[in-house]
Amino acid sequence: MGKKSNAMDPTADFSDHSIANLETKGLSQGQIVRRRFIRHRAAVGSLFLLGSIIIFVFSALNLHILFFHYHGWWKYSTTDLPELMYKNCPNDSIGCPTLDVIPKFIDGTGVGLGAHPFGQDDIGRDYFALVMRGAQRSILVMFIIGIIAAVIGTVIGAIAGFFRGWVDAVLMRFTDFIITIPSIIIGSVIGFHFGNLGVMFLAFYLGMFSWTGLSRLVRGEFLSLREREFVDAARVAGASNRRIIFKHILPNAVGVIIVSVTLLMSGAILLETALSYLGFGVIPPDVSLGLLISQYQDAFTTRPWLFWYPGIFIIIIALCVNFIGDGLRDAFDPRQRARLTKRMRTRKVPLENQGAKSE
Amino acid sequence: MTQPVLKVENFTVEYWVDGNWYPAAIDMNFEVLPGKVLAIVGESGSGKSTTGLGLMSLLANNARTSGSVQVKGVEMIGANPSILRKNRGNEVAYIFQEPMTALNPVYSIGFQIVETIRNHFEMGPKEARVRAVELLTMVDIPDPDKSFDKYPHQLSGGQRQRAMIAQSLACDPGLLIADEPTTALDVTVQAEILDLMRDLRTKLNSAILLITHDMGVVADLADEILVMKDGRTVEHGTADQIFNRPVHPYTQELIGAVPILGHSAQRVVATSGTSKPSPVLVLDNVTIQYPKRGRIPAFTAVKNFNLEIFPGEIVGLVGESGSGKTTVGRAAIGLLPIKEGRIEIVGTDISHATQKELFPVRRHTGIVFQDPASSLNPRLPIGESIGEPIFLAGIAKGEALNRKVEDLLDQVELPRSYRNRYPHELSGGQRQRVGIARALALTPDLLIADEPTSALDVSVQARFLDLLQELQEQLKFSCLFISHDLAVIDILCHRIAVMQDGHLVEVGDRDAILKHPKDPYTQRLIAAVPVPNPAEQRKRREARLTAKHS
Repeated sequence: MGKKSNAMDPTADFSDHSIANLETKGLSQGQIVRRRFIRHRAAVGSLFLLGSIIIFVFSALNLHILFFHYHGWWKYSTTDLPELMYKNCPNDSIGCPTLDVIPKFIDGTGVGLGAHPFGQDDIGRDYFALVMRGAQRSILVMFIIGIIAAVIGTVIGAIAGFFRGWVDAVLMRFTDFIITIPSIIIGSVIGFHFGNLGVMFLAFYLGMFSWTGLSRLVRGEFLSLREREFVDAARVAGASNRRIIFKHILPNAVGVIIVSVTLLMSGAILLETALSYLGFGVIPPDVSLGLLISQYQDAFTTRPWLFWYPGIFIIIIALCVNFIGDGLRDAFDPRQRARLTKRMRTRKVPLENQGAKSE
Repeated sequence: MTQPVLKVENFTVEYWVDGNWYPAAIDMNFEVLPGKVLAIVGESGSGKSTTGLGLMSLLANNARTSGSVQVKGVEMIGANPSILRKNRGNEVAYIFQEPMTALNPVYSIGFQIVETIRNHFEMGPKEARVRAVELLTMVDIPDPDKSFDKYPHQLSGGQRQRAMIAQSLACDPGLLIADEPTTALDVTVQAEILDLMRDLRTKLNSAILLITHDMGVVADLADEILVMKDGRTVEHGTADQIFNRPVHPYTQELIGAVPILGHSAQRVVATSGTSKPSPVLVLDNVTIQYPKRGRIPAFTAVKNFNLEIFPGEIVGLVGESGSGKTTVGRAAIGLLPIKEGRIEIVGTDISHATQKELFPVRRHTGIVFQDPASSLNPRLPIGESIGEPIFLAGIAKGEALNRKVEDLLDQVELPRSYRNRYPHELSGGQRQRVGIARALALTPDLLIADEPTSALDVSVQARFLDLLQELQEQLKFSCLFISHDLAVIDILCHRIAVMQDGHLVEVGDRDAILKHPKDPYTQRLIAAVPVPNPAEQRKRREARLTAKHS
């Protein structure tokens, strides 16, 4: 991936055969993977959708990060208390959503957002703003857990797999020890102690305990890669252990790491939701999607939108990440599964292939 | 006229790859008569195995076949699965290349033979067992009654292949398709299996379709030969025609490229001084042991091994698989620790050197590995792989390094623009050239070549050996050339060392070893090498058999 840059290095001496070089320039491993990924429609769609959701969600509300202040495009914040709406609500409920997606020629009201598209909560806070903040929290938690778990898991797995022997034994027994504790228990203990420190700390500590699966995968990959002859070749060339690990083995294990981190991230978003639902995760007045669901679970029969909107966001984000992970796995897996339709089976051979290809 | 067992007309196989159909075998036409052997010869990717599998619709899902394949008059293409099932095993049987993967490891070989028998005949388990033991006796498995209950891993490679053959003969098939039946075996075992197959053909009068790339095997067994290239039939004729009067240029090239034992020119070591120079590599009484792991006991791979290599000399190390020759090669370059003895490279003792101490020695050594697909980092452009030793030795950087890499590519006759390519874009032969370029990057005094040609096709191998010889004459490095192929060693080496079971059996000048071997093991090894010439091979075979019986 990064290695491709060498082909475009302007300082490289290609002047005398630049044309030949253009003709023969092959595809790098990264380009091949990208191509296969793009062929996976669900994954590309999910990537696009997830990107849009992230931009949409993070631009909706005011953001204050250190000295950076951003003014969101949505008129309410999570702390505003506008007047509760009573009009036109079903079952005499309050604060119902004003979002109308049914066009005018069917019900005569037309498409529109209204004052509170997702409705209002008990005390009149705008539910759209709450859901946006919750989704921000969830996405943030997902990325922090993903990054921390990826770093710890890769380092521990790589060291264990490369050095083997007692190093491997110690690290893997440590990993086993952490695996034996159910993550929901770890999460609730962490949430109980550190939940009040804010969502960042929660995500950080959860990340510290979610690397186990990844480290085992990376270890397995290293164990098999270190026996490959190119590692011996590098050693004969005089490469140090550090160079062998980072330059020769790690880039070859990148597929496994990316795929498993992606799937780990979709698990992380559900873990945060579950913890918040149980009351061990994000603590009010902060908001998260799981917390919103847990707060309004009693209202499900009378005001179902309080349940539906955060739920829909959880499902869409988790599904998108899962699809992307799936697409990546297919892209990194060299054995493509070609599905043949009947129409393809009977297709004629194009003329230029008649000469048969060798290999 | 007798009816052919197999009749193939306009047979075409195509594969669906990346949204297009690519033909792998085009317009095949041939027939096999009972008791005859038709050999399909070709290099890798020529479509020979595809043809073999396609005959009985055993291909992967992304393949389609057209044309006509008749087994004893029954059409197989588009036949319904029950007809195919009835014919597989019963009329047509397969012998695969790798018996270890073709036999199921969790069942005893007897069980697997009985399974085939009872699938096709109404037979009780006891009768089937009797028949299976009979088959095992027929293929000369020692102690068939006991071997019946053995599992594949308990047998040697040759015995496994015999068991496979016994299984395929279970229903007296009219046609045996043998796909590279001896490629995974050592020469001595290969000779035995070929004898067995020839024997069975005369005994059972079945036809054999032999698929192989080894011209020696073909010369030994085939009546008729079909040469394939890029999916097409290039030439089709009797064995005598193809070997002695090939018409098509490709066939001529193919036969010309096969190295023949005892036919290469005299080679003299170019020595610089008059006095005897000091050796580049000394292996003195070396013992190498793989330490015990868990419950697996320690294994001594090499015992009391002595060898010296002098400057400018190529020494061939021959032996069958498991004889410890690769172990010697890896220890000689400091990749494996030794238990006893002394290894010296260019005057430096590396017997018990640490990684740091080895670093300066690395400059004087290079190694070419067996499998070009695995010996290059798939994520590095080959230019970086070649330049790595130079970069790490701190000799050149940046611009100067680029120039050095280009020089090396020139030396191994690869275009400079290949520098930015990735290994998977290169063919096997090209990758092996890259391997050489990397090994020679620091102009080493000693090159270890571990079976560098065993993964290559013959024509590629011939070019590769030429290149290696040229480079050696130019750069005057010494070389330890490890191979199981005596013909290759014959072309390249000045001296030959023969290994068996971790011991050095015999060492001496090339001609002395090849023409007048003293040790019985060496004699057997040389006698077992098949020669790509039907008439001569028949003579050799008879000589070998009389030697065996006397």
